[in-house]
Amino acid sequence: MNIPIYLDNNATTPMDPRVLEAMLPYFNEKFGNAASRNHPFGWVAEEGVDYAREQVAKLIGASDKEIIFTSGATESDNLAIKGVFEMYKDKGNHIITTVTEHKAVLDACKHVEKLGGKVTYLPVKEDGLVDLAVLEQAMTTDTILVSIMYGNNEIGVIQPIREISAIAHKYGALFMTDAVQAVGKIPVDVNADGIDLLALSAHKIYGPKGVGALYVRRKGPRVKVTAQMDGGGHERGMRSGTLNVPGIVGLGKACELCGLEMESEAKRLSVLRDKLQAELTVLEESYVNGNVEHRLPHVANISFKYVEGEGLMMAMKDLAVSSGSACTSASLEPSYVLKSLGLSDDLAHSSIRFGLGRFTTEEEVDYAIKVTKESVTHLRELSPLWEMFKEGIDLNSIEWAEH
Amino acid sequence: MAYSDKVIDHYTNPRNVGTLDKSSHKVGTGLVGAPECGDVMRLQIQVDDNNVITDAKFKTFGCGSAIASSSLATEWLKGKSIDDAMKIDNMDIVEELALPPVKIHCSVLAEDAIKAAINDFRVKNGLAPIESEKVHH
Repeated sequence: MNIPIYLDNNATTPMDPRVLEAMLPYFNEKFGNAASRNHPFGWVAEEGVDYAREQVAKLIGASDKEIIFTSGATESDNLAIKGVFEMYKDKGNHIITTVTEHKAVLDACKHVEKLGGKVTYLPVKEDGLVDLAVLEQAMTTDTILVSIMYGNNEIGVIQPIREISAIAHKYGALFMTDAVQAVGKIPVDVNADGIDLLALSAHKIYGPKGVGALYVRRKGPRVKVTAQMDGGGHERGMRSGTLNVPGIVGLGKACELCGLEMESEAKRLSVLRDKLQAELTVLEESYVNGNVEHRLPHVANISFKYVEGEGLMMAMKDLAVSSGSACTSASLEPSYVLKSLGLSDDLAHSSIRFGLGRFTTEEEVDYAIKVTKESVTHLRELSPLWEMFKEGIDLNSIEWAEH
Repeated sequence: MAYSDKVIDHYTNPRNVGTLDKSSHKVGTGLVGAPECGDVMRLQIQVDDNNVITDAKFKTFGCGSAIASSSLATEWLKGKSIDDAMKIDNMDIVEELALPPVKIHCSVLAEDAIKAAINDFRVKNGLAPIESEKVHH
């Protein structure tokens, strides 16, 4: 077992050696520009891209012509939201999303607002799921797009995608989903799920960084997005720029492997995750954040009350995890996702996200359980809040000096 | 973020963790910060008849820098007179622990905790609290 242990697979994943192997020839031997139509170097590169396009399409039940390669999910989200807004602005100017989306979606929506669009940011329920009745109430005749993520990156909850897309379609709107955390982890099928646009990323599924894709439906309805990058008209005119051939080949291989191994992998990881969660919630005053039934198999987000997340991560220095606490990022606010669930700031500050992955072993999970328990116990001994709690003092009765 | 060796040392082996009898008139208690902000410090001093701090204890809910700042503060307080303790400046803590700019608030909190503990002691002993006129860096 190598220390530190990587349990931050929602942030990124290590590349699978099989993916690396597939990519390597495309850096030197097969270096051609996939857009070079008049010599074998270009043909070979194009062949690699075409094959990858099929591999990606297969994983999500799409056709290869519906896959647009991008630099990653942030670009895919931007292209989908801004591209749909521009393309369909004569039809309406209203977009619906949720407050727990990834920043790429939220900030693209803010951009649309600057361009004169109207955006509704739906709240979520305490378990992190969208209230379908609230969604339906928000739909108007001007609504052109509903953009709701498949699985949440911080708490792992899976939205009721089929019900959401049905509501969007009932009102004539398109349905887009940021499926970065779900694709390759659980079955995603664009037709069965009623998805019109879908963003995915290679580096979350054991592929390389800097490459992703946007699925854009071609039939029933034929969806178009206005290009956000001007140039040579690559990717059916929707995304110009010389294709990142090695990256795309890697994304394809990563998708193929997920397709083959996802089912057994999800079972293995959910057993490990459930063990981790069960052992850690034995600790007093620890709470699992988000719906535990509709949840990705490899994620557990747990708050350890009266312990601050960043301090806790420092004690757990042998574990690479992530915290919803403010101090870890440039902003001083705790996680907006956790706050959206109605968590108080102090509980949001006390949260740790454990993200298991393909290379996580049971031995590592056992070690993580031990280290986390010891660290929480140690920091509670240092915590004045824990002492007050143990003495039965109501922390809400104290007048805190906010600073 | 990379922590300095001194922060890691105080965090790993915090000095003077504990609780003094807050009902004693020889003990001053300062409780500063707020759970919502992600840090709360409780710093206590035990003062003898010559106004010298003979013991200091802390408990802190917060990040590594907050824990280290309060641990360092208790080390500095022991053996100091009340007057000298009032002169501890948050920038001394920043310098000693090599805190980065985003962690300066931890040192401010430690200074506030020292002053709050001293004032609690003063009020308990019939003295007026000292108003701090200092503007924090």
